[in-house]
Amino acid sequence: MKVTLKVWRQKNAKTPGEFKTYPANHVSPDMSFLEMLDVVNQELILKGEEPIAFDHDCREGICGMCSLMINGIAHGKKAVTTCQLHMRSFNDGDTITIEPWRAKPFPILKDLVVDRTSFDRIIQAGGFISASTGSAPDGNSIPVAKPDADKAMDAAACIGCAACVAACPNGSAMLFTAAKVTHLGFLPQGQTERHQRAVNMIAVHDAEGFGNCTNIGECSAVCPKEISLDTISRLNRDIVVAALKGIEPNVETAAAKAS
Amino acid sequence: MTGVLTLYRTSVGKKVIMALTGFILVGFVVFHMYGNTKMYQGPEAFNAYAVGLRELGYPVFGYEHLLWVARLVLIGAVILHIWSATALTMQSHKSTGANAVSGTRRYGEQKRQTSYAAYTMRFGGIVLLLFIVYHILHLTFGMVGYGPNEFQHPNYLGGHPEYFVYNNVVVGFQKPLISGFYMLAMVFLGMHLYHGVWSMFQTLGLNSVKYTGVLRGLAILVAAAVVIGNLSFPIAVMAGIVGPAV
Amino acid sequence: MSETKNETTTRTGVRQIEFVKGLESGASGGPIEQRWDTHRFQMKLVNPANRRRYSVIVVGSGLAGGAAAATLGEQGYNVKCFCYQDSPRRAHSIAAQGGINAAKNYRNDGDSIYRLFYDTVKGGDFRARESNVYRLAQVSVNIIDQCVAQGVPFAREYGGYLDNRSFGGAQVSRTFYARGQTGQQLLLGAYQALERQIAAGAVKMFPRNEMLDVVVIDGYARGIITRDMVTGKIERHVADAVVLATGGYGNVFYLSTNAKGCNTTAIWRAHRRGAFFGNPCFTQIHPTCIPVTGDHQSKLTLMSESLRNDGRIWVPKKVGETRDPRQIPENERYYYLEERYPSFGNLVPRDVASRNAKQVCDEGRGVGPGGLGVYLDFSDSIKRLGKAKIVERYGNLFDMYAQITGENPYETPMRIYPAIHYTMGGLWVDYNLMSTIPGLFVAGEANFSDHGANRLGASALMQGLADGYFVLPYTIANFLAGIKPGGVDTNHAAFVEAEAEVNGRVKKFLSINGKRTVDDFHRELGKMMWDECGMARNEAGLKKALQRIPEIREEFWQNVRVPGESNDLNQELEKAGRVADFLELGELMCIDALQRSESCGGHFREESQTADGEALRDDENFSYVSAWEYTGTLSKPELHKEPLAFEYVKPSQRSYK
Repeated sequence: MKVTLKVWRQKNAKTPGEFKTYPANHVSPDMSFLEMLDVVNQELILKGEEPIAFDHDCREGICGMCSLMINGIAHGKKAVTTCQLHMRSFNDGDTITIEPWRAKPFPILKDLVVDRTSFDRIIQAGGFISASTGSAPDGNSIPVAKPDADKAMDAAACIGCAACVAACPNGSAMLFTAAKVTHLGFLPQGQTERHQRAVNMIAVHDAEGFGNCTNIGECSAVCPKEISLDTISRLNRDIVVAALKGIEPNVETAAAKAS
Repeated sequence: MTGVLTLYRTSVGKKVIMALTGFILVGFVVFHMYGNTKMYQGPEAFNAYAVGLRELGYPVFGYEHLLWVARLVLIGAVILHIWSATALTMQSHKSTGANAVSGTRRYGEQKRQTSYAAYTMRFGGIVLLLFIVYHILHLTFGMVGYGPNEFQHPNYLGGHPEYFVYNNVVVGFQKPLISGFYMLAMVFLGMHLYHGVWSMFQTLGLNSVKYTGVLRGLAILVAAAVVIGNLSFPIAVMAGIVGPAV
Repeated sequence: MSETKNETTTRTGVRQIEFVKGLESGASGGPIEQRWDTHRFQMKLVNPANRRRYSVIVVGSGLAGGAAAATLGEQGYNVKCFCYQDSPRRAHSIAAQGGINAAKNYRNDGDSIYRLFYDTVKGGDFRARESNVYRLAQVSVNIIDQCVAQGVPFAREYGGYLDNRSFGGAQVSRTFYARGQTGQQLLLGAYQALERQIAAGAVKMFPRNEMLDVVVIDGYARGIITRDMVTGKIERHVADAVVLATGGYGNVFYLSTNAKGCNTTAIWRAHRRGAFFGNPCFTQIHPTCIPVTGDHQSKLTLMSESLRNDGRIWVPKKVGETRDPRQIPENERYYYLEERYPSFGNLVPRDVASRNAKQVCDEGRGVGPGGLGVYLDFSDSIKRLGKAKIVERYGNLFDMYAQITGENPYETPMRIYPAIHYTMGGLWVDYNLMSTIPGLFVAGEANFSDHGANRLGASALMQGLADGYFVLPYTIANFLAGIKPGGVDTNHAAFVEAEAEVNGRVKKFLSINGKRTVDDFHRELGKMMWDECGMARNEAGLKKALQRIPEIREEFWQNVRVPGESNDLNQELEKAGRVADFLELGELMCIDALQRSESCGGHFREESQTADGEALRDDENFSYVSAWEYTGTLSKPELHKEPLAFEYVKPSQRSYK
């Protein structure tokens, strides 16, 4: 089959980008979307043009590195990553628009590659349980009710791909933040730091320039791991309880560090 | 400042303000709709309701005092609701304003994956604000929408307050254009309530997988009750079910 | 041959270190149960107040690297951590599905540290060090405790206690798991611990940075040269010790279950700087992967081995069969594993299942595109257990298969084929996980590891975390306690020279401007490696590969085309460097495979098999670790042998009949 690609090309963060059109004439329906791009890139290289830069790594839907807005949908389809999207989902002759994730906290590095280190900084604010190596008691000394363990796992399945931000009309990273707060908040080990964690992570979330949640649900709809919107409700609850307890953020944001 | 008072600083805190003020406003629209059904009982009952509102708590409280408290709370709620909405919208625009570099719109073909109502909150909110302003100028003050001498202002001629809200509603809604505008506004109100009521629980952290169905149902119920009730008034007037006082 | 070399070089003029070169593990003697404890007590410590004066570079942020960086940070060392991905959370450890072994004996079914040790040595076909494996089994229990405390959401029973399952044919239930995403959850645990240290300022993280060389000064690893993959800037980083935790080199085969970015560059560059390479030919093949669909194929996807519990593997009896599998009558199907191995049937170990699949495909009975596939048929199980049960057990795997192939595995048999999955070989390390370059430590899949010639299921995660959380923090301290911190900076001639070499290579890649792409060369190398140094190897094939690989390499340096610029995000340039190193490593793998003329574990030499086609070990001649030294000539590495002694587990022949 043949398709036409409209691809966002941008040399680096400082240079303006533009859409360019490329034909993809040797497409097999069995190819993954990224393999289709590989083939196009091989042709570009041999023609003496620069190949299209895009992020990818494991190509089995778990590392969270691949990140394309395909025809206006993050990862191109509900509940998959781009690497798991196959060309059989398209029709012969289609024109496919490919864009990078767009949000202020994700500067474009090149073409379709964006910088998502803001996610790491949200985790740094408190997305962990402070348990230094060696300090742990026996694993079975901390029983966790199965339903809680299952719900924690549902939220922990987040791969940090940032499709939620890309899909969100508000450019909010609330689903990502909430998934971690929910994962750790469902476990007894996570209780000690629970409310401090939530206020710290939100403080950094806001400082990084992410938008706020208006409960639209695009994030959850495109999430490859189908993280529930319910996690955001839990995050909100933790924030409200933290406020009632008088817990304030005690984390230094990147902006504060810089100034 | 500590505790609850610092909430406003974070995005979630602003949303909590949004939810709490929204709760007050939802309570108001439900009560408003319910109160207005008195017009079906005729001019006396309806006009007496208007007076009764002012006499709430009387004689323990002064005349109109409780009403003013309610009005102040409502005005405060509206202001905070709008303030947090504006602040949050600005925050979101900052995040989505990545077009600073590309100069193009964010998504060529943004594909909606969820309910339409969720997208109408900002635009619909502005429409509702304009509607409320019009509504007050119209039915409360009679400054717009009436011909000369059509609107009857309250008076104290008999030594006690006398209200003519029944007449004003009937005369006001007999004009199809105005009724049409009211009905259109109710569609926006319906969507605002449908998303807002559920959203309120979500924001306050009271939603969960187990209850989300129930809460969505509640949102539909509230939105439907308010919209159907409110739509019935202009329709009843235009259909002649509620006619001029004889 | 055995040699002990006393290095006379003094490191920053402090004290002399006796460095046993290459061939002895350095483990303490005595009863195996006490060796690690004895060794730990004997090792030197660094005073907590002095730790911040010591700097450690950790390359790689997976289970081993992430855990090591976090733990060293917690202990107060000055840590720099590097990864090529955009975040340490994306290391390929994340893709492990099945689980992690630990000798907790929570099931009360006869497990013990000794049994895990025994199973691992035996499973490794007696090519691993007993002392190392015992230590691995010992610390396995601490790993689970640590991970639970970090909030890893392991599967639980209704009582709230940890759930276990039996995995990979083990006779005890010792595998802890978090759905089918155990690797992801363990990695996120280490990642979160690492991010906590980054926030605390103890660890400085360098994502999108690729290590391109090790800097060795006065015989010690003193730093690395990296390339910032966004700006293209080549940078020098100095430290008192360097840890390589950069994963395996399965991508030498082009197609593997590794992530696209997985590469050998870090360990290969270290090898060229003097680190010995241990057992390079020991690679593991996983039998249940989704087959290749065409030339566009960029990687292979693994499906959990558990599928073999209920699926029956078969091929058509007729060579060149073209009918739909559902139309082929029972008597024309060849259930080759069930027929050949009546007692284990479809549950024979990974290597046996893989080799048999290759064999029937080589006979022309393979199914699917290119004839490289066998059927994995669930129709009997669906009949016997009902579809609901199969959905419950394998639903997510079936969905994944359907998504990738577009076929419905409930209706038509799945097609599977083996794929490269793990490399047991890697840089040679002693009991302290230090390579033959003092100060250069190697952890996780990157070292030649504790798995011998074959790794058991659910043991990779265990080893990565054992190295990172519980071994390196002790052994690095021991090393650092013996040296004075600092002493050199990045202006040292060795740094200047190494940077110049790296720059020269980058310039060279960009200047060739030939006619073939990097991927094209990689595919050619991969096919050669898969055909001649894959599931089954023989002398003629290996010799052919040894002749051809240098030719491919030569053509690569004449005719590759790398577009773009050096001072920019340039993914082709990144790939070029990696493939150039694979082209060198591939040759060493074939040399090693040719030299080891016995069969053992994942290394099957067709010349060395029993009458019924099983791998035949030659303990008399090959009971050693092959540690290869780079001599300056790629085709002539020098072999050093570390003899293996088996005091506890006596070597025996595996049998699955």
